[in-house]
Amino acid sequence: MGGQVERWQYLNPGKTLAETLDISHTTLLYVEGVTVSFDGFRALNDLSFYVDVGELRCVIGPNGAGKTTMMDVITGKTRPDAGYVFFGQSINLLELDEPRIAQAGIGRKFQKPTVFEQHQVYENLELAMAGDKRVWPTLTARLSGAQRDRIDEVLGIIGLRDHAWRPAGALSHGQKQWLEIGMLLMQDPLLLLVDEPVAGMTHQEMDRTAELLLSLEGKHSVVVVEHDMDFVRSIAKRVTVLHQGSVLAEGSMDEVQHDPRVVEVYLGE
Amino acid sequence: MGIVKALKGDTGGQVMLAVLLVVTLVVPVLNLAVPETSFWHVSTYTVTLLGKYLTYALLAVAVDLVWGYLGILSLGHGAFFALGGYAMGMYLMRQIGDRGVYGDPILPDFMVFLNWKELPWFWNGFDMFWFAALMAILVPGVLAYVFGYLAFRSRVTGVYLSIITQALTYALMLAFFRNEMGFGGNNGLTDFKELLGFDLQSDGTRAGLFMASAAALALGYLACRMIVTSRLGRVAVAIRDAESRTRFIGYRVERVKVAIFAFSAMLAGVAGALYVPQVGIINPGEFSPLNSIELVIWVAVGGRATLYGAVVGALMVNYGKSTFTAMFPEAWLFALGALFVLVTLLLPRGIAGWLPARRAG
Amino acid sequence: MILAGMTWWGTAAAGALEEALPGLADRAFPAKQQAVQALAATGDSRALPILEALLAGDLYTREAADPPLVLARPSAAGLRLSDPLTGVDLGEVERATVKKIPLNNALRTALRGGIAALTLSSPDPAVRSRAAKDLMRDPSPESVTALRARLEQEQDAAVRTTLVLAVAVADLRVGTPEARLAAVATLEGSLYPEARNGLTTLIANETDADVKAAAERALTAIDARLTWNARAETLFFGLSLGSVLVLAAIGLAITFGVMGVINMAHGELMMLGAYTTYLVQQALPGWVDYSLFVAIPAAFIVSGLFGIAIERTVIRFLYGRPLETLLATFGISLILQQLVRTTISAQNVAVENPSWMSGSLQINPALALTYNRLYILAFALLVFVALLLILKRTALGLQVRAVSQNRAMARAMGVRSARVDALTFGLGAGIAGVAGVALSQLTNVGPNMGQAYIIDSFMVVVFGGVGNLWGTLIGGMTLGVANKFMEPWAGAVLAKILVLVFIILFIQKRPRGLFPQRGRAADG
Ligand SMILES: Nc1ncnc2c1ncn2[C@@H]1O[C@H](COP(=O)(O)OP(=O)(O)OP(=O)(O)O)[C@@H](O)[C@H]1O
Ligand SMILES: [Mg+2]
Repeated sequence: MGGQVERWQYLNPGKTLAETLDISHTTLLYVEGVTVSFDGFRALNDLSFYVDVGELRCVIGPNGAGKTTMMDVITGKTRPDAGYVFFGQSINLLELDEPRIAQAGIGRKFQKPTVFEQHQVYENLELAMAGDKRVWPTLTARLSGAQRDRIDEVLGIIGLRDHAWRPAGALSHGQKQWLEIGMLLMQDPLLLLVDEPVAGMTHQEMDRTAELLLSLEGKHSVVVVEHDMDFVRSIAKRVTVLHQGSVLAEGSMDEVQHDPRVVEVYLGE
Repeated sequence: MGIVKALKGDTGGQVMLAVLLVVTLVVPVLNLAVPETSFWHVSTYTVTLLGKYLTYALLAVAVDLVWGYLGILSLGHGAFFALGGYAMGMYLMRQIGDRGVYGDPILPDFMVFLNWKELPWFWNGFDMFWFAALMAILVPGVLAYVFGYLAFRSRVTGVYLSIITQALTYALMLAFFRNEMGFGGNNGLTDFKELLGFDLQSDGTRAGLFMASAAALALGYLACRMIVTSRLGRVAVAIRDAESRTRFIGYRVERVKVAIFAFSAMLAGVAGALYVPQVGIINPGEFSPLNSIELVIWVAVGGRATLYGAVVGALMVNYGKSTFTAMFPEAWLFALGALFVLVTLLLPRGIAGWLPARRAG
Repeated sequence: MILAGMTWWGTAAAGALEEALPGLADRAFPAKQQAVQALAATGDSRALPILEALLAGDLYTREAADPPLVLARPSAAGLRLSDPLTGVDLGEVERATVKKIPLNNALRTALRGGIAALTLSSPDPAVRSRAAKDLMRDPSPESVTALRARLEQEQDAAVRTTLVLAVAVADLRVGTPEARLAAVATLEGSLYPEARNGLTTLIANETDADVKAAAERALTAIDARLTWNARAETLFFGLSLGSVLVLAAIGLAITFGVMGVINMAHGELMMLGAYTTYLVQQALPGWVDYSLFVAIPAAFIVSGLFGIAIERTVIRFLYGRPLETLLATFGISLILQQLVRTTISAQNVAVENPSWMSGSLQINPALALTYNRLYILAFALLVFVALLLILKRTALGLQVRAVSQNRAMARAMGVRSARVDALTFGLGAGIAGVAGVALSQLTNVGPNMGQAYIIDSFMVVVFGGVGNLWGTLIGGMTLGVANKFMEPWAGAVLAKILVLVFIILFIQKRPRGLFPQRGRAADG
């Protein structure tokens, strides 16, 4: 990983690793100077992005801005060409693979809902449940009473109690979205990355999702990517606008809405 | 308790095990106790044939475990089977002692023939049954572990993985054909005399091997059921259906894969070790890619991801093969080829797919 | 003297010939030897058959008859005689009436030298070259003289090279130390086996330290050049194997790259191509030299149609299920094998090589490239380029690339993906057929021939990277060359195993091969 650091330093001359680490202790996630290119096309361009402990952050931006790619980098799906991703003060996420990152406490809901279609809803939640996920413990695992209660509770939260024993593949698109959120809850992560959670939901469902995400605030850090501005407005304290792979603006919903550059990106050209 | 849980809801498996139990108890009696003249007598030839089929069935169960539940279409399981067989063959070879053609007390005939002066180091220990039995399990297991570690770590999946497993067995076949390897080259290992002091030609030994094969099949089946009904089994299916998603909820996919793959290879090794004393020979032909891919079709015929389907498929296809090749030797390859095409096209869930009471999916 | 013989052909020299001839009948060996040398010195072309006859034991003397020297060949009654000079038939006689001229070793040596000196002046350059080579095998001071003399007037460049070599080799054996030293210098770097042999013998027997040291140096230089030639030859064999791998893999690369399916019957489609070659040759007996030009399109069509049939009847129902496709096509491969076994023969069939493919291209005395391998190498490149053009320049190619990158999108854009699939599969299969034609020229043609190739060609595709023809080309060539370079020290089987192991390790580092396909579609 020395190579990563050196490359990063080259992009940020004058700063050392120690200095970068020594920022406010309330910060949970550090994304620093991350660049990702696909065949020369920069999907992320020297992106820097920070999330505080317990914060609920919304990320908006036009299609192709790099929102999903940013999540890919954080969760280990995509390796950046340059930059630096830290979880807390000490965990270098670029050194970890996807399962370790998940175990470190980062959960993710995908833009395109992906659940285990052959498994029942209940089993989906069971698999996602936080716990020892090594091979042998998984082989011998038994559900304890507390764990059953937790699954039942989450089933209630996501409104799928009646569907608990149906295969997930049989659910509707919106229900799959809920199930994925439920899996995220079962993981009980420190940081939730939620990519377009309300696509395909009714207004009522949206409200419930907003409620749910707000209820997580404080205990968990949540990053929500969403195109639906009403939804964003209903939950957002701080909003980050991504454009062409870097942060264009950051602030409260009102601030960014009136930022002329943001207006131009959304309306202009 | 664990057994009961493992078989819960597995009607096919319960029926299969019940039939197996009856056959295991009845056939040896009909063979040993009923006079040859009687209508009810079962010939030793049939007993051995059945025993051979049972080892194939165990092999098929091993393949179904990785293919049906983990989505790994291994075209190299014949190699693990053959390795188990070679381990047993080496033991049987050393049991021959000085009764070989050349009468050398230590060296097997083929080594005398090659003018070798001493036993290669890796033949040491194979004069002890327990060691050979251990090796029959460990060697395939370790090979599968190393191979799986390399392949799964680099995230080789799908047809890539299939062809690489085929390359593995192909490479082993080439290697075992070489005399210098010290496994009898072309001719392999044969002319066995006895196992644990029992004459391999005697009816009693044959019946005993048959019963051992049945027991191995039953145990192997139960072990696989326990795996697939555990949470690990559900993780395996999750990997089969959405590998990358499974990673994001925190499972080390490659470890799960390598563990189940290696376990499956060990089962195949056990099957091979039981197969060799019954057929009396093991040669590099067992590594041929055709063998490995043929056994995949047993599983496909029986029905994937059911385990008992693998048993049914292995028995049916092999029974069919025996009768078919006896009647129309020319046409067997046509039939086998057609079986491949028809099962994949028309019967994707195999015979088990006809049976009701299968969980949705 | 020889010069004179050349100038007044048949007049002035004729006298010399007649003068020397009776000497052959002399009882004393030294006299006969002198006569032989005199005959050789005449440079008369008529002397050659006489000396050859003497060496073969066909020259006899007879009492009281003219001419006293006769050629004799065995016949029904005994021997049939003829005049050695004019060739006039002298009738049959019993064996007892004539006497064979006895030979000894010295005389034989003289005869060989004489014959060589005479052939050196033959009007045919090939004969002169051969004579020069004969002379260096067993040189004498006289033959060195003859060679030098010939060298001075030789016009033909190839013959000159041989003569220079021959003079030097002869000098090594019989020359003065200075001449030997000069000869060593001439031979330095020569690739003729005679040069190397001459130097080795010289080093073993040489007493002069300078000459010996020089010879040792020259030998080292020769060996170095020979090593390089051996490497070049191995490289050629490797490229040749590589070209076969490329031919075998490239069709597979297309179907795999575009449709994501492994066609396990690919090897059998190659086999069908090889059998088409066989059938074409059977249908056109006596046209072996041209049959390949018929067989190539025929094989393309036969295998291509089989491919389309396979795609339409089986594969199209299995899209999205690559593992099942693998199994189904494997079943088809079994059926095709058995089909050939029952309809044609279970044995290998004999496919003939056209005459223009036999022989070899002599690069230098130590390196010859066989034409059949050269042609197949060129053919593989030709097929590769043709395919590249089809994919880059034609409408089908555009559609194929579109489908391979995004099937759903291509369909939405109006590409009839079903038709594209069928045609792509047909194209891949057709190329397999064409590859089969090439294979029929290199290996045995039998029902099992295809099986050997599926793993190898898939390895090429894996190594080179899916969906990239260049990857297939470079992958195939690399694997071919690697295989051949490993063979000398590892043996053929071990080399193969090592290549397999290498590929398994290689995909650790580069799971998508040398030239990976990019984009989100590749994420799978
Ligand atoms: N694997 C990949 N290969 C090539 N290009 C990619 C890849 N992944 C992302 N991109 C490109 O990177 C850019 C950013 O993509 P990303 O999915 O991050 O956008 P987004 O902000 O999530 O957009 P949307 O709002 O539409 O989901 C896009 O132009 C996309 O085409
Ligand atoms: Mg996105």
